[in-house]
Amino acid sequence: MGGQLALDRPLAGDFHIAFDGVRLSLGRREVFRGLSCGFLRRQITVVLGGSGAGKSTMLRLIGGLERPDAGSVRVAGEEVNLLPERQLFRVRERIGMLFQGGALLDSMTVFDNVALPLREHTRLSEAEIAERVGRNLAAVGLPDVADLFPRHLSGGMSRRAALARSVVMNPEIVLCDEPFSGLDPLNVRRIEALLVDLSRRAGLTLVVTSHHLASSLRMADRIVFLVDGRAVSGSPEELLQSPDRRIVDFLAAESQAEFDPSRLGDEPSSRPAAGGGAS
Amino acid sequence: MQPSPARDLTVGLFVLAGLAALAYLSIQVGGMEYTGPGGLQIYATFEEVGGLRPRAPIAIAGVKVGQVSAIRLDGDLRARVTLDLDPSLQLPVDSSARIVTSGLLGDQFITLEPGAEEDMLVSGGEIDFTESAISLESLIGKFVNDAGLEEEK
Amino acid sequence: MNAIETLGFRTLMLVVHLGRLGVFVGRVARASVLPPTRLRRFVGEVFDVGVLSLPIVCLSGATVGAVLGFQSYVALSRFGAAGSVGSVVGISLIREFGPVLTALLVTGRAGSAIAAEIASMVQTGQIDGLRMMSIDPVHFVVMPKAWGMLFAMPLLSALFIVFAIAGGYAVVVHLLGLDPGTYLTSLEDSVNLHEDVSQSVTKALVFGVVVACIATYRGYTSEPTSAGVSAATTGTVVVASVAVLLLDYVLTSFWGI
Repeated sequence: MGGQLALDRPLAGDFHIAFDGVRLSLGRREVFRGLSCGFLRRQITVVLGGSGAGKSTMLRLIGGLERPDAGSVRVAGEEVNLLPERQLFRVRERIGMLFQGGALLDSMTVFDNVALPLREHTRLSEAEIAERVGRNLAAVGLPDVADLFPRHLSGGMSRRAALARSVVMNPEIVLCDEPFSGLDPLNVRRIEALLVDLSRRAGLTLVVTSHHLASSLRMADRIVFLVDGRAVSGSPEELLQSPDRRIVDFLAAESQAEFDPSRLGDEPSSRPAAGGGAS
Repeated sequence: MQPSPARDLTVGLFVLAGLAALAYLSIQVGGMEYTGPGGLQIYATFEEVGGLRPRAPIAIAGVKVGQVSAIRLDGDLRARVTLDLDPSLQLPVDSSARIVTSGLLGDQFITLEPGAEEDMLVSGGEIDFTESAISLESLIGKFVNDAGLEEEK
Repeated sequence: MNAIETLGFRTLMLVVHLGRLGVFVGRVARASVLPPTRLRRFVGEVFDVGVLSLPIVCLSGATVGAVLGFQSYVALSRFGAAGSVGSVVGISLIREFGPVLTALLVTGRAGSAIAAEIASMVQTGQIDGLRMMSIDPVHFVVMPKAWGMLFAMPLLSALFIVFAIAGGYAVVVHLLGLDPGTYLTSLEDSVNLHEDVSQSVTKALVFGVVVACIATYRGYTSEPTSAGVSAATTGTVVVASVAVLLLDYVLTSFWGI
């Protein structure tokens, strides 16, 4: 049933992640004007919205990479917007983030990339690290690429490698920024299945931003729809049946884009920059 | 930037080459150290040092054996020059020091002439026999004066 | 009035940038004393800055030395002082041309590469990725690069000077017929460890610090766009080159004589 989701003084324990009255302007553009919504534990929530609606920004706010001009962002009980950078590790060690395009370090092999958090933050022996990395790479379907560099991988493969890196420290929360963008339908299905499987098995709180209507509706337990700088949330069914004009228009436009080849150019491109710096 | 034995080897070679270059410049080109513990530091007092400056070379029979490290005025308002010499030098106590000019218009340096005594100078010792710098102006002045006196006769 | 406004604005922005640069350098300094040591990455950076700059440094050194030897010989011959060529070449190389030219060459080659690499890491989200993994990007990326350049610069400067002395030797002795003993002894007699060589090494170290700070700062604070990467690179070369030349003047007058 459309309309704004009112956070009636939510119990802190209910929402693993909660936005309350968040305002944020980037440059001259007001991105959020009173954003309030919550993400439940152990659930898969997909954030939908048009280009520029602020989906990526929302994830960055959760991770503390951006700070709101007003309002609060609570993650696992901590008010992330108030913590100084040095103390954010307390929250970040419970979060794994999959960036658009993967954002693997292009000067290191896939193995070293996935092993990086383990080497930096744990005292595991190299043998234990190798076992863990191997297991995670196998889980995302990349058992053989450990010695390759990110520039040798396809978009889908580097996305999956980055996913392995984001879960290797066993986080509670995994944030995925447009994991399906720029991928062919086969890879979209693959990653969707992977995300669902991983999060069910590990009991993750998964937040995914996406353009891809079909996978979103399939995989989501809840949907958060960003529009006009605010959020509307509900179950996928509720969203599909919503009479809200903006939601209806959005659904119509997006489903058309997915099946109409001539409109494929409208899909925002998020192909990662090929290569990267000197190596 | 993957670690590899080959890369580490080249870095090691680079560092060695660089250090060798630094060593060459410091030791071979930069010159021996004449000061410090064990260095032979002698003093000599002159009426006139002329254009002598610190770091000017000191030679015996044309061979460089040290350099001037300091020039100061002493209590009698004469110039007291500190000579830093090669520590292995054996210089008799009656040696003399003379300020000479290299060429006619060149830099000034000190030349030492060893004496005949058997006792050697030690650090802190004094050279008693000194000959001051000859300045071109006073030479010319003297020449003109003498010529003038000749005329008057 | 607009021109004056712009001038005022730009002056203010310059001060702001200097302040930010200072804060950034403070972060790098702080990161330098915190564990882990990152020795592996440091060695990799010495490779990137030092080893990869060797060809251009040595080639330029030999060429500059040859030209310097030639010109000095010609000029000094007019005064009958051709025998002093060794000392002119040696002193000017060690005190000035060695550290300054090496710093300019390294700025163009390694400084721009560092700025570009860090800037493109910003652009592709790798820096944010490190932050999300609770790894300080300044500690992981910037600090080893800064120390790598600081360490490599005096070594490269010394190699430049040695190659230049050799270049001067080749021209003056083999081409112009000066006696090799004269060249080398006038060189060795006039160069002093305390005054000249230590000045040379100090300058090289200072230049290394300055270029490293500017290159890493411009890369780290660049806009996450392709234009941002290019601005970081060209800006580094311009700013660092000017800084090196200005600092050279300051250091030279500080050393006196």
